[in-house]
Amino acid sequence: MEQLMTDLKRQIIEALNLKHLKPEDIGDDQPLFVDGLGLDSIDALELIVLLQQHYNIKLANPQDGPQIFKSVKSIAEFIKANQPA
Amino acid sequence: MNFITRYSHVRNRSLIRQGELICRDLRGTLPDFLDASFDSLGIGYPKFYKMDTLSKLGFLGAEMLLKEIPLLEDYDPFQVALILSNAYGSLDTDMKYFESTKTVPSPALFVYTLPNIAAGEICIRNGIKGENAFFIWPRFDAKQMHNYVELVMAADNTQACVAGWVDVMGSHHDVFLYLAEKKERGNALVHAAVHLQKLYELKGYGTANDRSEEANH
Repeated sequence: MEQLMTDLKRQIIEALNLKHLKPEDIGDDQPLFVDGLGLDSIDALELIVLLQQHYNIKLANPQDGPQIFKSVKSIAEFIKANQPA
Repeated sequence: MNFITRYSHVRNRSLIRQGELICRDLRGTLPDFLDASFDSLGIGYPKFYKMDTLSKLGFLGAEMLLKEIPLLEDYDPFQVALILSNAYGSLDTDMKYFESTKTVPSPALFVYTLPNIAAGEICIRNGIKGENAFFIWPRFDAKQMHNYVELVMAADNTQACVAGWVDVMGSHHDVFLYLAEKKERGNALVHAAVHLQKLYELKGYGTANDRSEEANH
C-alpha cells in the first residue's frame, strides 16, 4: 500500500503537471480538490485517464468520483479493491 | 488620441521588456525555456505549468507588460480590453491532442484546443474583464491591429487595451504585446500603425521570418 501511494503521488504530479510539488509534499490523507491540493474538474478527468492507463481500471460510475478521488489514500484503496487479477 | 505605454516580446528564447533583455536561454526545448523563465521570475502561480505553450507564451508576455504597473488600481476590470492575433491559432496544441487520441485522449490538452483560451488565461491572471477578441492573420498586421484597438477604445467604457501577437508552432515562437491607454504615461508613443510595426520588428533580437522552417521542427 505504501509503495502504491508513492507511485500514485509521482504519477499524479506527472499527469497533472504539478511541477511545483514533490511526492513528499502530498500527504496520504490530504484532500486533492478545493482547499487541499487545489485540483479542478479537468484534473479529475486526468485522474480517470491515469487509472485507465496505469492500472487498467475504468470508472464504472462517474458519480463515485468525489469519494474515490478524495485523497491519494482513497485512490490507492480503490485500486487495491478493483485492480484486475 | 490613444497611446502605446508599454510593450514586451518573447522571441528567440528571450524575454524582452521595453526592448530590454530580461532573460535568455537557448538550451533545451521551447517548453523547457518557458518553464525556466517562469521559475526565474519568481511568480507564485502553479497553474502556469498546466498551460499549453501558446498560453504560457501569452502569460509571460503579459507578465513582462503588466508586472510593474498596477493596472487595476487605475481601471475597473471592465475598462480593460484584450485583443490578440496569431497565424497558427491553437494548431500546436491541436496536433498534440490529436496524437493523444491515438491512445487515451487527454482532457487537459483538449481544453487548450482554442486560441482564445490563451486570452482567457491572461484575463484570469490579470483580472481583465473587458472586450476581447483573438484574430487569425497570416502575419502580424499592424494596420488591422491598430484599427481594431482604436475601434474598441472608442467605446466609452474601454480605457486600456492589452493587444498584440502571440504565435507558436513547434519551435517557432513569436510574441509582441503592448498596452494601449487613453491616458499618456512616461515615454509613451502615439498609438499608430507605423509605431506598432516598428515595435514589432524590434531590432537586435531577430524576427519571425524563419517561421515556416521552425514550425516543421
